[in-house]
Amino acid sequence: MDLSEQAENIKRISGVDTKKCLRCGKCTASCPNYEDMEYHPHQFVYFIENGYLDRLLKSDAAFRCMTCFACVERCPRDVKPAKLIEAVRLTLVRQKDSNRLKPYDIIENLNADLPQQAIVSAMRKYTK
Amino acid sequence: MQRIGVFICWCGSNIAATVDVKKVAAAALNEPGVVFSADYQYMCSASGQGLVKDAIREKGLTGVVVCSCSPRMHEATFRKAAESCGLNPYMVEIANIREHCSWIHKDVAEGTEKAVILMRAAVAKVNLNQSLVAGKSDVVKRALVIGGGIAGIQTALDIAEAGYEVDIVEKKPTIGGKMAQLDKTFPTLDCSACILTPKMVDAAAHDKIKIYSYSEVESVSGFVGNFTAKIRKKARFVKEDLCTGCGLCTEKCPSRKTPNEFNEGMNTRSAIYIPFAQAVPKYAVIDPAACLHFKTGKCGLCERTCDAKAVDYNQKDETIERKYGAIVVATGYNVIKLDNFGEYGYTENPDVITSLELERIMNAAGPTGGALLRPSDKTHPQKIVFVQCVGSRGQRPCDKPYCSKICCMYTAKHAMLIREKYPDTEVYVFYIDVRTPGKNFEEFYRRAVEQYGVHYVKGQVGKVAENAGKLRVYGSDLLMNEQIVIDADLVVLAAAIEPDESAKKIATMLTTGIDTNNFLTEAHPKLRPVESATAGIFLSGVCQGPKDIPETVSQASAAAVKVIGLLAKDQITCNPCVARSDELLCNGCSSCEKVCPYGAITYIDKEVNDHGKREVRRIASVNEAVCQGCGACTVACPSGAMDLKGFTNKQIMAEVDAICR
Amino acid sequence: MSVEHESFKPTIVAFCCNWCSYAGADLAGSGRMQYPANVKIIKVPCSCRVNPTFVLRAFQRGADGVIMCGCHPGDCHYSTGNYYTRRRMTMLFDFLDFLGIERGRTRVEWVSAAEGARFASVMNDFVKNVTELGPNRKITDLRTKPEHKEGE
Repeated sequence: MDLSEQAENIKRISGVDTKKCLRCGKCTASCPNYEDMEYHPHQFVYFIENGYLDRLLKSDAAFRCMTCFACVERCPRDVKPAKLIEAVRLTLVRQKDSNRLKPYDIIENLNADLPQQAIVSAMRKYTK
Repeated sequence: MQRIGVFICWCGSNIAATVDVKKVAAAALNEPGVVFSADYQYMCSASGQGLVKDAIREKGLTGVVVCSCSPRMHEATFRKAAESCGLNPYMVEIANIREHCSWIHKDVAEGTEKAVILMRAAVAKVNLNQSLVAGKSDVVKRALVIGGGIAGIQTALDIAEAGYEVDIVEKKPTIGGKMAQLDKTFPTLDCSACILTPKMVDAAAHDKIKIYSYSEVESVSGFVGNFTAKIRKKARFVKEDLCTGCGLCTEKCPSRKTPNEFNEGMNTRSAIYIPFAQAVPKYAVIDPAACLHFKTGKCGLCERTCDAKAVDYNQKDETIERKYGAIVVATGYNVIKLDNFGEYGYTENPDVITSLELERIMNAAGPTGGALLRPSDKTHPQKIVFVQCVGSRGQRPCDKPYCSKICCMYTAKHAMLIREKYPDTEVYVFYIDVRTPGKNFEEFYRRAVEQYGVHYVKGQVGKVAENAGKLRVYGSDLLMNEQIVIDADLVVLAAAIEPDESAKKIATMLTTGIDTNNFLTEAHPKLRPVESATAGIFLSGVCQGPKDIPETVSQASAAAVKVIGLLAKDQITCNPCVARSDELLCNGCSSCEKVCPYGAITYIDKEVNDHGKREVRRIASVNEAVCQGCGACTVACPSGAMDLKGFTNKQIMAEVDAICR
Repeated sequence: MSVEHESFKPTIVAFCCNWCSYAGADLAGSGRMQYPANVKIIKVPCSCRVNPTFVLRAFQRGADGVIMCGCHPGDCHYSTGNYYTRRRMTMLFDFLDFLGIERGRTRVEWVSAAEGARFASVMNDFVKNVTELGPNRKITDLRTKPEHKEGE
């Protein structure tokens, strides 16, 4: 799959119509994990719309998104950036050997305060 | 049987070059009912028309077919000619053999064949034509303006100046509308009240204008030129003929805790009140929900205070019925409710305000006497953040999809005024786009940036949260590609505007169109912007779409001109090609009533004579003055009772048959 | 069959609303934009004046295609007429399809008074489609088509 096909695929699996974006930046303004992300929600939308997907795929920004859905909630145009980020993440983990979480990593990170559900959802989020 | 004459025009060589006109004329004589045919170089010329007229007289024609250019061009010409020699104009039909034949075909044989067929269809139609007489109805020379804001006032003044009576119905106790609440107006920064209040006074003083304040239109019936409106005059509990507007009662009133609507609830008013000092008409009004007399039966202080004996606790709502020739809707707008915009914290934090509230704060007659003070602690804000497009241009359920149009400009105005009056204040404006289409608008906005040093930030605010007595604003600066955080003292939201909630009710009442955003729809978006689709109903101001004051005033005057044009006529000629219901076939199902966009069809109980059987039936009745002749009802009618004069089922069938023959 | 196609000139009935499409057709005429002579236009006040029975009548009397033109949605002179047309004709065309009158023989198009070129291209396209479909034989009263009689 070339990049434009991949971009189309990301739009398809996320169900996001990037053309609806008003370029207001409210998603990025709302993002609580702004500092941590190399690229910000509005850039995901803009890059995928305009053919700069490669930058997103080379960055780990998609894995820094906490999926809090603040951007989805606040977006006045109902663009749903978090879903787009989720799709980028999926595209990355579906590539060969791209699992971001190995079962044996979990043991090191286990701690009493961590709910089991978090481990399950992390497995879902970071592995194929 | 008709006696039809067929006249084929050469149109110089425009038709004759591609259509063998002699052949068409000869073919016409084979058609049923045709007794005469002729061809001529220019049928629309005086001598060509003479040919038609002579034939009508000499051959005793009962129908005429002119094969010429488009009926949009010369149908009226030939109908007039026919009328001048006693033939009903609606017995004339045009076969369009120029635009629809000679001009688009090159082959003479092909063109001639098509022209013959088009002629045949027209002859088939004329064979079934019937004389139609255009109805006339009288025009009541008085106009009703619903809404007394700047749009309604301007419309009323213009109509009254032309010498016609106008009634303004305003639901609030005073006219003036939103403009009365504004401080300054862009782009000239002149004081809103200074330019509006003289107009309010003019309206009140004009002998042709009658103001029904604190009143609402209950129902409207009738049609263009002849509407009847029921107006409910709500009880003010103050006699308008006695009240002098001195305001003594409002000072004495012990109930003083009601939020003041005029100041957007930022201070309080008494139970008996005059909305503001320049109110027109300046009569007091009692709010029974707040008045102690109405709640406990005890007080009565205002009654005792009033020297003019104007207070009357027993006043009742009054319904007035008046006749009007035309109605102008000028119901205006409101700022949307911001309850669903949790991210800005408007409901939680008193220092997050709307622009209309800021307008009142900055107004010398406002709650702070014109001093820029935070609502929470009455201190002077050092850092102010303006947020644009709050609820505009969005697609969430709480958003409006349209641009509210006025916000960019009034925000520039506010920013500029604040920077001028308090140069120590820092002002940030978060914008998505700055839209300044209008005379001197862009220059005005640039002045705010260049001369007054207002910080314009491209990006939207994501969140406003309280933080140690300040408001922490999280916004994005898209040009820097950064999230920025500002600790502000005051946040001003440019909330979207929406049509007043009464617009929907009034549109239903007047059977005029309304769009998905509850704006009333104009008859044509470009060419008929102040008329509604319903004849005799006109639109003025924001009820039709977001507008600033200059635009509103021009539309108001335009609507007035349309009204004057209508009222200047003694009678209106109706289009005779209207729907007609066959009372014997009508089964009273109401299908036609539902599809009629004009509310022209009503159901009546009428005694009919069905082949000797007399009985009362519920049947459709078409108001010919209201019907516009679209024909939607004819197709909806399951029993075939409804037909359209001039385009009857039989006529169209005959045309189809003639074409397919 | 192919020989018949070459010489086949379909009969097309076009219903045009007075306000947009008829004016659009006039504009096509004044712009000298060519379209086949098979198209014969009937003027109606609004596309919603077209009763489905008119369409049936046209096919019964030997038309090979029927096209209806109205104002663009939202631009109807009578505000809502073309919406009725759209609904009614969707149902009618389904029904005609069921009867064996192919979808290509029926059409609703929106042509504004400014779209002369569009009117011509719509007509060219429609005539081409109907010509490819050949003569209509369904629900036609065969007496109206002498050449059909000969064929049988």
